Amino acid sequence: MSPETLRVLGFSLGVAALATALIIPPGYALAWLLARKQWRGKTLVESLVVFPLVLPPVATGLFLLYLLGARGPLGGLVSMLGAGDILFTGKAVVLASAVMAFPLLVRTARVAFAGVDPRLEQVASTLGAGRARVAWTITVPLAAPGLAAAAVLAFARALGEFGATIMVAGYIPGETATLALSIYQQVQLGRDAAALGLAGLSLLLAFAAVALGEFIVRRARR
Amino acid sequence: MSLRLELRGVRVPLAEFTLEVDLLLDRPVTTFFGPSGAGKTTLLEVIAGLRRPAAGVVALDGEVLTDADGGRKFVRPEYRQIGYVPQDGALFPHRTVEDNLRYGFRAGGPAWAEVVAALEIGSLLDRSVRELSGGERRRVALGRALLAAPRLLLLDEPLAGLDDALRDRLGAYLRRVRETFGVPMIQVTHAADEVLAAGRVTRRGSPAELFVPTGEPQYRLRA
Repeated sequence: MSPETLRVLGFSLGVAALATALIIPPGYALAWLLARKQWRGKTLVESLVVFPLVLPPVATGLFLLYLLGARGPLGGLVSMLGAGDILFTGKAVVLASAVMAFPLLVRTARVAFAGVDPRLEQVASTLGAGRARVAWTITVPLAAPGLAAAAVLAFARALGEFGATIMVAGYIPGETATLALSIYQQVQLGRDAAALGLAGLSLLLAFAAVALGEFIVRRARR
Repeated sequence: MSLRLELRGVRVPLAEFTLEVDLLLDRPVTTFFGPSGAGKTTLLEVIAGLRRPAAGVVALDGEVLTDADGGRKFVRPEYRQIGYVPQDGALFPHRTVEDNLRYGFRAGGPAWAEVVAALEIGSLLDRSVRELSGGERRRVALGRALLAAPRLLLLDEPLAGLDDALRDRLGAYLRRVRETFGVPMIQVTHAADEVLAAGRVTRRGSPAELFVPTGEPQYRLRA
């Protein structure tokens, strides 16, 4: 593997890991709210969450581009927070991956939470456990395999992100070049062998992610 | 152990009908008997604090636990000290029998050794909950509830779904628990013979006869 390929691989893995880590706290919380609670606006939030899954990723990217642009509604907020420019940096890559992986994380985690028998949580509370203890000792451990699978799926989705990323981050070698972006770039340059090599690498990573997901689910079933 | 449980004007809208309950319980053991869907489990949930009624007051030994009328008071289940054993026991599948038993342990209630002995679950402590038989599950669930030192124990269909031999044995355990620990109990069942298995029958009759106010204690379950 060339140093350049290694760097792209490392960057892609880092971006996917960071994006997944960023969306796990709000994603699990939202998944729990969707699985367990009835509240106003729930249907609306449910639809919004699915959007990035059904919209063309490029369209999602375009929306992000406008939102985060210097004159966009969030651009001012971002610079006020001192985050500086986000667009066409590594931060934009992380953000695009996070947004695109979010629906998958929430939907999978929601199923995991819904699979925990509410009776168990109720009985735990009659045994004197407050809400935090119930969550920590009953809900989370029983949902854990599904929550882990959700994280693996989100990670894999983030790793393969292309459409939204190319809009908000472009292809900048050493700055925003992920595996997916590099494959596209190599094809554009007519370097089919290099593109195929990178695609093969993606295949290996996808295989590893799926195998890891299966392993977690199987281990939990025992 | 003395007990005084009051439900005043409790109203719970259900899919099929609205459950309305007024009752005063001051006996060590009460059995509610009625067909499936009569609202028996709902009644237990209201007492345990697992369900908020649309209206009414629930008070245990003078302490208001739920006031859905004027007071808007609601004591969460973890502060009620009311044990609840659902039909299947609802044991925590990811914990061993011993961990299940220890989950809600409170000092000042029935002693660990006595509970384990009375229910004969000492040999099960290291086992995974998934390996237990139906009868064993219910004994462990009963023990887990007792060890949390409940002021009142709610049993939902404690003998349902067991074969005759197992039912007799579990019935014997229930009696032993009552005699040994004296925790007041309310149980619900849809089977007439379980009412008998529970002990003395105080009143017998059709729901209309049973649930019409006739002095004390009063039961009124109205659809």
